[in-house]
Amino acid sequence: MSDRPPASALLCPVAALRPAMSPVALAMRRFRRNRLALAGLVVLALVLAGSLAGMVWNEVALARGQTEPFRTPLAGIHPQPPSLAHPFGTDPLGRDMLARTLMGGCVSLAVGMAAAVVSILIGTVWGITSGYAGRGADTVMMRIVDVLYGLPYILLVILLLVLFAEQTTWVRMVVLFMAIGGVSWLTMARVVRGQVLALREAEFVQAARAVGSGAARIIVREMLPNLTGTILVCATLTVPLAVLQESFLSFLGLGVPPPLASWGTLASDAIEALNPVRVYWWLLVMPCVFLGATLLGLNFVGDGLRDAFDPRAR
Amino acid sequence: MVHYILRRLLYFIPTLIAIYAVAFLLMHAAPGSPFVQEKGMPPEVLEARKAEFYLDRPLWQQFGLCAWDLVTLRGHQSIRYPNRNVIHDILIPAFPVSLALGVCALGLAVVVGTAAGVASAARPRSLIDYVSMAGALIGISQPSFVIATVLMAIFAFALRLLPVGGWGSPSQIVLPAVALAALPAAYIARLVRTGMIETLSADFIRTARAKGLTERQVLLHHALKTAWLPVLGYLGPAAAAIFTGSFVIEKIFAIPGVGQHFVDSALHRDHPLILATVLLYAVMLVVFNLLADVGYAWLDPRIRYE
Repeated sequence: MSDRPPASALLCPVAALRPAMSPVALAMRRFRRNRLALAGLVVLALVLAGSLAGMVWNEVALARGQTEPFRTPLAGIHPQPPSLAHPFGTDPLGRDMLARTLMGGCVSLAVGMAAAVVSILIGTVWGITSGYAGRGADTVMMRIVDVLYGLPYILLVILLLVLFAEQTTWVRMVVLFMAIGGVSWLTMARVVRGQVLALREAEFVQAARAVGSGAARIIVREMLPNLTGTILVCATLTVPLAVLQESFLSFLGLGVPPPLASWGTLASDAIEALNPVRVYWWLLVMPCVFLGATLLGLNFVGDGLRDAFDPRAR
Repeated sequence: MVHYILRRLLYFIPTLIAIYAVAFLLMHAAPGSPFVQEKGMPPEVLEARKAEFYLDRPLWQQFGLCAWDLVTLRGHQSIRYPNRNVIHDILIPAFPVSLALGVCALGLAVVVGTAAGVASAARPRSLIDYVSMAGALIGISQPSFVIATVLMAIFAFALRLLPVGGWGSPSQIVLPAVALAALPAAYIARLVRTGMIETLSADFIRTARAKGLTERQVLLHHALKTAWLPVLGYLGPAAAAIFTGSFVIEKIFAIPGVGQHFVDSALHRDHPLILATVLLYAVMLVVFNLLADVGYAWLDPRIRYE
């Protein structure tokens, strides 16, 4: 460990006993030294900025009284390969692929983040409750997770989507988010519960119990700071899985309703337009490069966080 | 050990019943009926159709009757494919296809993933490490339908080396197996690499090296056994998922496997087929999780099941 005590500690021995940095701060310092993880973070920031710029572009067009560029058919013969006017080319309906790819980024990233939020909310509460309660409650709650794991997730997702198929676009989007989030909290619940079981026997938790702390205080003050790393890592690695799941649903035709687009629907539309005679490579390459860069960035950041929070990682 | 396995087998029963019950209730909670497409049917015919699928009876009777059809392996007629029994005419012909493809794909994934993981852990930050991890990253970062289509475009259309799709000859297995293996191979390579790097700093590896064992023996006989443990945990659920077919791969390569039935049965509310596929998947999952747990004890003698 290269974490030397600060100079003041040498002058005043008592200061060395004081914890200089919280575990989270220490982990963040280790994370900042991981170049690959930082590169992943930069890529993610760029993709996010691009997607937000695409959103602003749409809003500006709307404010000027035009239709949004991601769904405006252009005049002329399409699809056109990338050019100066349309750096990502145009699709068979004559829509600008740059606008569509950026718009797709908003949707795909939103799906991923929604899944992460759902898995943090449900998975963490479920895992902590199960692990902390122990005994019968633990058995029942984990059996429920096992049973949900045992169902083919595609069945859950399709039945949920069919349930709301008649609703408006926005309701269906929310249902899509919830359906993907609803199947991604199981891993989080298992991981958090395992960690809580270990923490429950930790000496500092027993000490807290010995001085009379209640369950709420032990969970919030003693356990949560030690769970942060686990939760953060698991949530980061949930996002790429959710984005891939959304692309799978797009392939089934259950993705976001048109004219909205996600990277998944763009890729699956491109594959439909693919034929051996004329290769419209830009239709497939553009969304897939963005999708790939995002998933790689997320995986690097997730791995970096795991190394940063895992004390054995060094 | 035998005791442990027997007890686990006994646990299968409540687990499978619970999975069946949740699937059954979900199926009935979703609105609409399986017969919506058959509008304009005379009411008596509709009643007869419903009676055929027990839909005229109270829910608890349906629950029992549907379960009985599956448990006795007698099966029931499918709604979507009239006059075809879900077990005898649909799953039994389709399952071996998916199983054969899945075994090829998973075997490929295990061999390639382990080799790449060991090679890159043996020399971290070398060319081979970067190349194999970059390969793994492609597997993790692209949807399987993109990988499958790109493979098809290159090897079937551009180079004309392999058939475009279909099922029957060995050359038709290659492309779908590679496409199906991409994601698990990538996961296994990363798991093995992490596990190997961690294991190689352990004391027993230093002992093995001090004894004068060759690097090959240290890596393959001593380190790999321990480093492979996380892979087993991943392989349990992965095997169940891969052996029950992949909708995407089967659709792109026109393979008559079971993967399509998981999606189509849910989309068409084919109740007997939904329940049959759910149970098939659940049985595979519990069996492969048990095999993975038995594998743990075999690989790591410190693990004992009481």
